[in-house]
Amino acid sequence: MGIWDPTHECMPREELEQLQLERLQATLHRVYKNVSCYRTKFKEAGIVPEDAQSLADLRNLPFTTKEDLRLNYPYGMFAVPLREVVRIHSSSGTTGKPTVVGYTRNDIKTWSNLVARFMTAAGVTHDDVVQIAFGYGMFTGAFGLHYGAEAIGASVIPMGAGNTEKQIMIMQDYKSTVLVGTPSYAITLADRMERMGIDPKGLSLRVGLFGGEPWSEAMRREIESRLCISATDNYGLSEIIGPGVAGDCEHKNGMHVFEDAFIPEIIDPDTCQVLPPGNVGELVLTTLTKEAFPMIRYRTRDITSLDYGVCACGRTVVRMKKTMGRSDDMLIIKGVNVFPSQIEEALVAIEGCEPHYQLVVDRKGALDVIEVRIEVTENIFFDEMKMQRAFLERVEKRIESVIGVGVTVRLVEPNSIPRHEGKASRVIDLRKM
Amino acid sequence: MELLKVKNINTYYGQVHALKNVSLHLVRGEIVTLIGANGAGKTTILNSLSAVSPPRSGEIIFDGAPISALSADRIVELGISQVPEGRQVFKPLSVEENLELGAYLRFRHREKRSEIRKDMEEIFSLFPRLLERRRQMAGTLSGGEQQMLAIGRALMARPKLLLLDEPSMGLAPLVIQEIFAVIETLRRDRGTTILLVEQNARAALKMADRGYVLETGKVILEGESAELLENKEVQRAYLGREKKEIWER
Repeated sequence: MGIWDPTHECMPREELEQLQLERLQATLHRVYKNVSCYRTKFKEAGIVPEDAQSLADLRNLPFTTKEDLRLNYPYGMFAVPLREVVRIHSSSGTTGKPTVVGYTRNDIKTWSNLVARFMTAAGVTHDDVVQIAFGYGMFTGAFGLHYGAEAIGASVIPMGAGNTEKQIMIMQDYKSTVLVGTPSYAITLADRMERMGIDPKGLSLRVGLFGGEPWSEAMRREIESRLCISATDNYGLSEIIGPGVAGDCEHKNGMHVFEDAFIPEIIDPDTCQVLPPGNVGELVLTTLTKEAFPMIRYRTRDITSLDYGVCACGRTVVRMKKTMGRSDDMLIIKGVNVFPSQIEEALVAIEGCEPHYQLVVDRKGALDVIEVRIEVTENIFFDEMKMQRAFLERVEKRIESVIGVGVTVRLVEPNSIPRHEGKASRVIDLRKM
Repeated sequence: MELLKVKNINTYYGQVHALKNVSLHLVRGEIVTLIGANGAGKTTILNSLSAVSPPRSGEIIFDGAPISALSADRIVELGISQVPEGRQVFKPLSVEENLELGAYLRFRHREKRSEIRKDMEEIFSLFPRLLERRRQMAGTLSGGEQQMLAIGRALMARPKLLLLDEPSMGLAPLVIQEIFAVIETLRRDRGTTILLVEQNARAALKMADRGYVLETGKVILEGESAELLENKEVQRAYLGREKKEIWER
């Protein structure tokens, strides 16, 4: 597989760190001068930009949170005058109200190239036909992948989200080779093809670029086998730039974070202390090349870990694990941290189990209980109650062994769990806190 | 490969804090330009690197070795030559004598005269106008010729890194083109790495690979030249587009 920007993706660490330091210092001077929110935050912390003399000094700077973005709604966090902004996007609102972000002409160029990096890493070339099944509009996903594919020179089909049967028709007729969307939508597509009696082997699809929501390795395997493609993960969030922060290479052993443009840190979400490499915690990102909307230590709420080990692909930048969920999605069940994606992983691992599920968390007395609802399919429909009971026990055991907390599994009617063309909402928390 | 790495240098003129934690780097064979208003610290960076105004704190790594504590002549020996603002040629001396002075340290090290002679001939082939005037007093040269001489003198030390301070200052457009063409030749044919300070920011950015934008002794932007040319703040402040007007809530 090719490398889009070998200079920046394969830099020796020492040179990379020098570049990061230079860009960090410049960014700090600019936000201090141009964004009152940062000036206030720095002053409150008794810090001036000159205090950042090494990358390690980053940890002394205050965090930026979604709340800051809301308080400065809509344009308060912009570091350039509005007339220099050529694009306005909004966060997809995974949690709470949307927030507004802006791009200069240079930012759009930077963004396109960052996306081109992970698309190239996933195997996309100018010979590909890229079908984008993300929603256009305020969401950054579709535009980011669109620009990246164009930068590479691939042919872009700006399909947009939903309209599943038409997606499949276009996929067949236009001979799309690359699918872009959420992983749950890839499953929806596979389901629909199955129902329509379409064999994915007859399609031209070969690569999938999935993002926008956390998904498990088991789900990756399922998508790969059901759609007969290489399914790659990529990571980004609109507050930082949209897609383009990190992405899988052909080895799929963690997403390469484009460190010349972003500095990642992992913190303990409770104590806010920076954790040593390898530890699981909340990802915090600082932008190094953004003009309109620089972010200093933005708390992403996404849970992951960083691996500074060498990757066989030749890229020297750090890799981040698939996100395991969001720190605000993280369920604390009987004092144990549980991520819905862990349960999903357990479910997909059980043969014949479709990953259409929902978690219902409740409190009985002082005790947290978790119920996992799974849709019945032909595979798990049993005539004998005894066999059904045995199946449920097997699932319960499996989940318990993964998350360390007992759960109840219940079968529900087929198609009774709401499907989303966009992001799946898997958790219902009925506890009154 | 990085040729020069600067980390957090602070340089003072008496009480004046002229450079505040400046960090920058140059990759071998790169042309990098420094952009900023008068007094932003561009020349001070060059002077800090050449130890004309050594920094009070910070790190300068050149070709893998720290040089911030070295004297100016030692730095020339290691391969950094500066072409100062306003040329500063020795006016009563001939062109040849000026060039020989550029090789002063090589003479001191008893390098073969034939080697030095050969370099001088190369400089004459780079600047044929200097060859015509080799025995003429430097003070009688035109501004453009003096600039060529100043560059030639710096090259006589066989630098790996050339620091150029305002090479186009006060010159006619055609002469500027000539000087810029030579700078590009130096990089292309000799692989010389160049740090360029230039009043004409647009021309400098067109020639350079990357640039740093300075403001009151601080680096506020780093980027590839094409990006900086597109940056509205750079356009406003240094490329003479629109008037300065920082938007705030």
